[in-house]
Amino acid sequence: MTADRALTALTLAEARAGLRAGDFTATELVEAHLAAMAEARGLNVFIAETPERARAAAAESDRRIAAGSARPLEGIPLGIKDLFCTDGVATTAASRILDGFTPPYESAVTAKLWEAGAVMLGKTNLDEFAMGSSNTTSHFGPVENPWRRRGDNRPLVPGGSSGGSAAAVAAKLCLGATGTDTGGSIRQPAAFCGVVGLKPTYGRCSRWGVVAFASSLDQAGPITRTVRDSAILLTHMAGFDARDSTSIECEVPDFELAMDRPLKGLKVGVPREYRVDGMDEGIESLWRQGVQWLEEAGMEPVEIALPHTKYALPVYYILAPAEASSNLARYDGVRYGLRREGADLREMYELTRGDGFGDEVRRRVLIGTYVLSAGYYDAYYLKAQKVRTLVARDFEEAFRTVDVILTPTAPGAAFAIGEKEDDPIAMYLNDVFTVPASLAGLPGISVPAGLDGDGLPLGLQLVGRAFDEETIIAAAAAIEARAAFEGEPGRGGTAP
Amino acid sequence: MTLVEGATGPWEVVIGLEVHAQVASRAKLFSGAATEFGAEPNTQVSLVDAAMPGMLPVINGFCVEQAVRTGLGLKAQINLFSVFDRKNYFYPDLPQGYQISQYSQPIVGRGEVVLDMEGRERRIGITRLHIEQDAGKSLHDRDPEVTYVDLNRAGVALMEIVSEPDLRSAAEAGAYIAKLRSILRYLGTCDGDMEKGNLRADVNISVRRPGEPFGTRCEIKNVNSIRFVQQSIEYEAVRQVDVLEGGGRIEQETRLFDPEKGVTRSMRTKEEAHDYRYFPDPDLLPLELDPGWVERIRAGLPELPDDKRARFMADYGLSPYDAEVLVAEREVAEYFEAVAKGRDGKAAANWVMGELFSVLNKQSLSVADSPVSAEALGGLIDMIADGTVSTRLAKDVFEEMVASGKDASAVVEEKGLRQITDSSAIEIEVDKAIAAGPEQVAQFRAGNEKVLGWFVGQVMKATQGKANPKAVNEILRKKLSG
Repeated sequence: MTADRALTALTLAEARAGLRAGDFTATELVEAHLAAMAEARGLNVFIAETPERARAAAAESDRRIAAGSARPLEGIPLGIKDLFCTDGVATTAASRILDGFTPPYESAVTAKLWEAGAVMLGKTNLDEFAMGSSNTTSHFGPVENPWRRRGDNRPLVPGGSSGGSAAAVAAKLCLGATGTDTGGSIRQPAAFCGVVGLKPTYGRCSRWGVVAFASSLDQAGPITRTVRDSAILLTHMAGFDARDSTSIECEVPDFELAMDRPLKGLKVGVPREYRVDGMDEGIESLWRQGVQWLEEAGMEPVEIALPHTKYALPVYYILAPAEASSNLARYDGVRYGLRREGADLREMYELTRGDGFGDEVRRRVLIGTYVLSAGYYDAYYLKAQKVRTLVARDFEEAFRTVDVILTPTAPGAAFAIGEKEDDPIAMYLNDVFTVPASLAGLPGISVPAGLDGDGLPLGLQLVGRAFDEETIIAAAAAIEARAAFEGEPGRGGTAP
Repeated sequence: MTLVEGATGPWEVVIGLEVHAQVASRAKLFSGAATEFGAEPNTQVSLVDAAMPGMLPVINGFCVEQAVRTGLGLKAQINLFSVFDRKNYFYPDLPQGYQISQYSQPIVGRGEVVLDMEGRERRIGITRLHIEQDAGKSLHDRDPEVTYVDLNRAGVALMEIVSEPDLRSAAEAGAYIAKLRSILRYLGTCDGDMEKGNLRADVNISVRRPGEPFGTRCEIKNVNSIRFVQQSIEYEAVRQVDVLEGGGRIEQETRLFDPEKGVTRSMRTKEEAHDYRYFPDPDLLPLELDPGWVERIRAGLPELPDDKRARFMADYGLSPYDAEVLVAEREVAEYFEAVAKGRDGKAAANWVMGELFSVLNKQSLSVADSPVSAEALGGLIDMIADGTVSTRLAKDVFEEMVASGKDASAVVEEKGLRQITDSSAIEIEVDKAIAAGPEQVAQFRAGNEKVLGWFVGQVMKATQGKANPKAVNEILRKKLSG
């Protein structure tokens, strides 16, 4: 069966309206997406497809729609990053070490989505334990970006770590997907794939049931094709959860309403420190264009200083690995997942963790272990914590004057799979614009704004005040409307 | 000061204790799982305790309250801001690969415990108290090849109470643990049951020449009885003195006590010591306490052993020793006070510490299960005081009370043990005795006072011990002299 492209081309909001109007059924919508997923297996987007579950959920949605008791996301098919634990469905974090692990529990965020009527199509691929900016560190192989450079058929990375989710949304294999963002893992792949990615304020979405990478930074959020769709999904992902001590007790607005917020008189900050060496000229001009679009929407541009920006990346690459080295200690082969027997306990640990973790994860565990070690703790971890406070203070200072901050999402467009593989530093630089907001716990959204010279999508990032996702949604909507981004990537892929 | 006599002169032993006290809580520190002792392995394990992916800790407020109560009971500084840290190391019974503990900012700071060492007061400094998770248990003895892991204990709340290196002998260390346990039980924050492992100690010990700086210490891990703590100190002190006197050096190391052989053995040296890579747990916010809440806990504290002891001495005229014994356990102190209230305190103390303790010991009962209630014992003491029953017969009455569960007056009436104080009845028996012993009468009149005892014996025999001894004596003297 070939995919019904009329159905997969819908936005989430359009599909919601169509389902309610009875234009098509949830089953038809799900079948169209399952067919699209089958066609696009070459992209290696899904680690696991869950068609039976999707069909059963769609049937239930159709019953509810017929009975007039449709829930807010009734029948909306989604991809779920395989970092969210899903009850009865294997959860891998794209790591061999979780081989055979099926959680008997559902993450807080996905549980909310199912309660709202959404339908899971499958678990999307990602960088192993969400560590990466290219989705090439997955044990299940790299994800391909559905986009290609003009006149060049080499497969490109979708960005990472939520590369599967971003590629799935871009290739129209689902109406939206969940992602998680630690240093840019929602925003950067969204930019690379020409879709919208929203990282909410730290504490907005519960981390309960999300495989931890760096606990003080991890935050779930939506990836969709439009700003409105992200607002809709976030409304049904967010909320206080007593099971997560870092979850914040504050009201969850209907974020969709923020789409129409007037921007007139608000100020957009343009940080001078984000003009980095070697930045693509296309990106720099797009950034200027973005400022202009916001001016057209009534906003006033203000040049601002975020003086500690240059320290954000090194600080991030101390703190995130430090937390990860401890968070990943539980994968020891004792209770679940992979176990490699050894002559003694120590050898069992070494073989299990040596075989179970890929290179990038091992690299970060080593870095993290090192920076927490006696004699190095003060120089690295403690110093980094102090600088993190300074980075956050930069934003606080800026937000006294401005209401949102506009930056590029990433310093360049998607690159070819295999590029930058031998240079971790170059790879880490992908996160240079997304990491500062992560360190400060602030909400950020990436919105596709144009194409580079090779015809690849580029994104702009809006960063807002803590718990003010609404203003960045409104500003992103203004850019979206003016950019009139039109991209039609393929679904081909080269993976077998 | 207790010194260890070495071949080359005296040595002073310096001891600091880290006591791990399990918080008396039905739920674990960061999960809702139960903590009941003796459950089937791995039946009290939540997803959090098993460190399943994506699971997060949530602090149990009740456990925090118990730590604050304990801190207040130790007259310690309560830190309104404290931080949970991760202590990272790998072991199969530590599912997370780290223990959540408090490192640089504990919930309780400096306090003290006062010891009574045979009348000599010793003040032992408390360095800190912090809250942490217990680990699970590795079972190596079920199978020669395989180790099993029981996670029932994993995540149970512990209070680690660290003393200053203020202790100077095994006896002081024993007294310190006993006193600490007493305070914990008064507070109800830990049941102090060492057999169940709910209270255990790491012993830090070094030796030095009196007046010199501290020597290098060794830590003896996880000692689970007061007797073993004392034995391990006795052994370790002598071992260290022998090493030093033999020209050797003490290596800083962790040792284990072998109770079977009574020796300590090296477990790991400083070089093999873990680097725990402590850092603040990013899953938990710092713990911030409301000063008003702390004050409410303070206001609700029970009278603690030291205050009770002082009051018992003042109100009931008890000796320091008796008071110390009676306040050691809250239930005993309450029992004593119920007996002593409105009566002669010393008599009450003698009965509780003498006859009652002897019966409880023999029958292995706690005071809560005493066959004689405080009210019943008080009744008996009243009957002694008003002369209804003699001190001598009172012991028989008490035994009967233990056996039958009846109160003193019922026993006295049933057994006819009422003291004969009626002088005419005694006079009759005295006259009979005098008539029966003309020889003894002559001896007495010749100045042999000792022979009086013979007459008393006769009268007592005739009255089955019920005659009031004082009255018998008086009447005898009057008649014999007359």
